[in-house]
Amino acid sequence: MLKKTILPFVVFVILVGFLAMGLNRDPREVPSPFIGKPAPEFSLPRLSAPEKRISSKQLLGEVWLFNVWASWCAACLVEHPLLNQLSQADFVKIIGLNYKDTQVDADNWLQQHGNPYAMTGFDRLGDVGIDYGVYGVPETFVIDKAGLIRLKHIGPLTGKDIEDTIIPLVERLKGENS
Amino acid sequence: MKAHFNSLCLTAALLLAFFGCPGNAQVDPVEFENQEQQLRYQNIIKELRCLVCQNQNLADSNAGLAKDLRRKTFEMVSQGRQYDEIIQYMVERYGEFVLYRPRITAATWLLWFAPFIFLAGIIVLAMIKIRKSKPASTASFTDAELAKARSLLESHRSR
Repeated sequence: MLKKTILPFVVFVILVGFLAMGLNRDPREVPSPFIGKPAPEFSLPRLSAPEKRISSKQLLGEVWLFNVWASWCAACLVEHPLLNQLSQADFVKIIGLNYKDTQVDADNWLQQHGNPYAMTGFDRLGDVGIDYGVYGVPETFVIDKAGLIRLKHIGPLTGKDIEDTIIPLVERLKGENS
Repeated sequence: MKAHFNSLCLTAALLLAFFGCPGNAQVDPVEFENQEQQLRYQNIIKELRCLVCQNQNLADSNAGLAKDLRRKTFEMVSQGRQYDEIIQYMVERYGEFVLYRPRITAATWLLWFAPFIFLAGIIVLAMIKIRKSKPASTASFTDAELAKARSLLESHRSR
């Protein structure tokens, strides 16, 4: 008799466990197919200096952050002060990807809110964005010395993300030989 | 409870404001060299998920990303790239999740076959149960019970 009542209860608890797990997951966090793979190559005109170009090849041998942003992106403003702080600390090179924006809007935005980027690529049509599987600006990639993507963060970075994830990871990657 | 519901609504509205999921995509003005290409294009945009509006495919979504991916698909179809090539291109960038029908891999076979495994399990359990319960229906009687039944029948008949 006891067995008969306990079994459905156990099944119920297991089911609730799975459902609770499902509820607490963010469906927007799609597992990235890029982790551990080479960062897609790109060559783009530079924002504010369109006669110069920026390419992924010139960054080989360095650990760098690749931050996708746009002046029309409200959530980018949330993480922007943190990127400014990080760049002032001169800890890691931050490269920007200005995604589907206009030169004028993007320049104004950087002047107004500060420019944490060592360089920014101007991706007018979002083609480089597609190559990087961008779907929720802002997005941030951590790329190692060998040019492999080691982390992809979707949505605005928080102070906790930077302290607990980005900084320790970059520190570890700096220690690796390429 | 109501406040909770309200905050949920607010969150949903904010998310919509951020990511923008306008429904009913307008038809892009695209022209193909032949009907076969047009069909390929339409099949692909029906099969791919828009990652901004996750429950819409590229054909139905009017989000910026969906437009871009439709444009990319159009370009690739026009270049004569095949269905599988284009699907592979998208999966490499956006992961398996971009497919509405995930392919059968080591990670997804359980998703595909779990319902059939459950069904088979239930059938097996049901069969075991039925077999076990059979003897009860052909239960035998003791001699005393048979004698009692016989005497009851007798007395009924002689009445």
